[in-house]
Amino acid sequence: MPKLSYLKALNRALGDELAADESVFVLGEDVRVAASNLTAGLADRFGPERVLDTPLSEQAFTNFATGAALAGLRPVIEFQIPSLLFLVFEQIANQAHKFSLMTGGQCTVPVTYVVPGSGSRTGWAGQHSDHPYSLFAHVGVKTVVPATPADAYGLLLSAIRENDPVVVFAPAGALGIRDDVDFEQLGPVPLGVGRVARDGSDVTVVALGHLLQDALAAADELAGEGISIEVFDPRTVYPLDVDGLAASVARTRRLVVIDDSNRTSGFAAEVLAVAAERFDLVAPPRRVTRPDGAVLPFALALDRAVQPGRDQLLATIRAVLKGER
Amino acid sequence: MTADQLYRTVRLIRRFEERAIGFVRSGEIVGGIHPYVGQEAIAAGVCAALRPDDVITSTHRGHGHVLAKGADPARMLAELMGRESGLNKGRGGSMHAADFGLGVLGANAIVGAAGSIATGAAWAYRRQGRDVVAASFFGDGAMNEGMLLEAFNLAALWQVPVVFVCENNGYATTMPVQSAVAGSITGRARAFGMPAFTVDGQDPEKVLAATSAAVARARSGRGPTFLECTTYRFDAHHTFEHRTRLNYRSTEELSTGRSRDPVEIQGARLAAELRAAVDAEIEALLDAAAGFALGSAHPDPAAALEFLYASPEVQR
Repeated sequence: MPKLSYLKALNRALGDELAADESVFVLGEDVRVAASNLTAGLADRFGPERVLDTPLSEQAFTNFATGAALAGLRPVIEFQIPSLLFLVFEQIANQAHKFSLMTGGQCTVPVTYVVPGSGSRTGWAGQHSDHPYSLFAHVGVKTVVPATPADAYGLLLSAIRENDPVVVFAPAGALGIRDDVDFEQLGPVPLGVGRVARDGSDVTVVALGHLLQDALAAADELAGEGISIEVFDPRTVYPLDVDGLAASVARTRRLVVIDDSNRTSGFAAEVLAVAAERFDLVAPPRRVTRPDGAVLPFALALDRAVQPGRDQLLATIRAVLKGER
Repeated sequence: MTADQLYRTVRLIRRFEERAIGFVRSGEIVGGIHPYVGQEAIAAGVCAALRPDDVITSTHRGHGHVLAKGADPARMLAELMGRESGLNKGRGGSMHAADFGLGVLGANAIVGAAGSIATGAAWAYRRQGRDVVAASFFGDGAMNEGMLLEAFNLAALWQVPVVFVCENNGYATTMPVQSAVAGSITGRARAFGMPAFTVDGQDPEKVLAATSAAVARARSGRGPTFLECTTYRFDAHHTFEHRTRLNYRSTEELSTGRSRDPVEIQGARLAAELRAAVDAEIEALLDAAAGFALGSAHPDPAAALEFLYASPEVQR
């Protein structure tokens, strides 16, 4: 089977939807020359009105997309830097997300916001390395973090077809992942449905995006010690697949979450709260996250020190197996 | 557009607002409103220059714009009272009134936000081969919002068919425009390469004439126009001022400002009998609107999050 990279999968999904639906268009900074490669080849195929290069005016072009959506189009915005989402949080959380309810259902706002290269890209320091998916989940904006090339393709396809705003976080650490993919099998992946990436019976590890690779590697390592790890990939941060998670935890009755965002009020905190409300666990659940209020420092060793990693995950899984808090 | 049609609109907005203020005082409208009293000529003149399929975006002081675009006063009043029969089924209220069927893409409570939404909508209609024009209302306070200046740039760069309507009523809440805006309002607009004019915003016919030219320019593909409509807010920034008794305008200033009343300016162009007939028609219309709104059901609390998503999600 041919190899498909995660970034190429996003590019392919975008190209397929542009071809399939005249109302889809892409806008953003440097999309014509495809500075991030997300839009590679699309300007030549579809022209400047379908692949619209914007000035550095994030707030205006994010609302511009909302206006275009209200007029019947399906815009896809590329943000090259995850921290730009802080700048346009108002336009997404306070405008696009609220229009349907505030108008009593008179309109929908089918805008997709794609961030290819979220989280640490190594050496990009404080203002280029955030991974703010939890913020969008908190306000209820549909939020997805694909982990594999097939999911990157399928979730982006679903996001573009969705009639609500959807933020698609493509973690920097996942962009280079290549999988054997049967192109015939590529298709939409529904929002809000997680997947068991590896079966196991002792501990459920919930891992998002690039951290899925770490969770699978940790599971391999622990398998050598006779420990059976189930890896659950929620794929969608909001809405969260609580039922899928519950089914997994019902088998393992132990839970660890690894989450590349800040600890307080983060995604992992939400999963642990769901566990406290709904799951029957035999050991206290634990989470591996960035520290409270983390800002990624520049020096590589410092950058790595605040990101959740495989060693922390292994130590935490072992602690949960011992019933430690 | 005849003189009596313009008069009808300014008079309708004025009496609607006066009645709405009364309903705030009596508690039928909770949360208060931002009265448009004194600024009616702008909504009336601008919307008279638009076609039914043209679109507008509005502000937190938006009742006049929504009514001038043709919204049913009864459903508008019901919306202000949070009733299920309201324009937005009671989910939006005063600051979010919308009527997509009439091209009202919503009042917007974030100052300066809607200029870019209007620009995106107008661009999208053009891309779909439709010659629709968008008019975007905002106040002088919005001229200091970076997002709006970004929108001017996009609209001028891409020759988007939009008319930017700045209602300069002299104040951003309580801050005088001369304390807030460096340079000039039209100068800022011209810097983006679009024509910008100052218009007497108390005279509906002057607003109509200026907007008609701007709409014709937009529709013929020559891009955006900026209109600074000078006006005066006769009443409070918000009805809460009656409780807080903010003191930022002198009695003399209020008296001078109120002396150029758009209802009187347009009313003087009508024969007395015709004017009286229009007034009576509007009172009857608003009596019926009040009866409709007061008699409408309140939304069911169980449906508080209805319309949150296009496809219903289970709320936890």
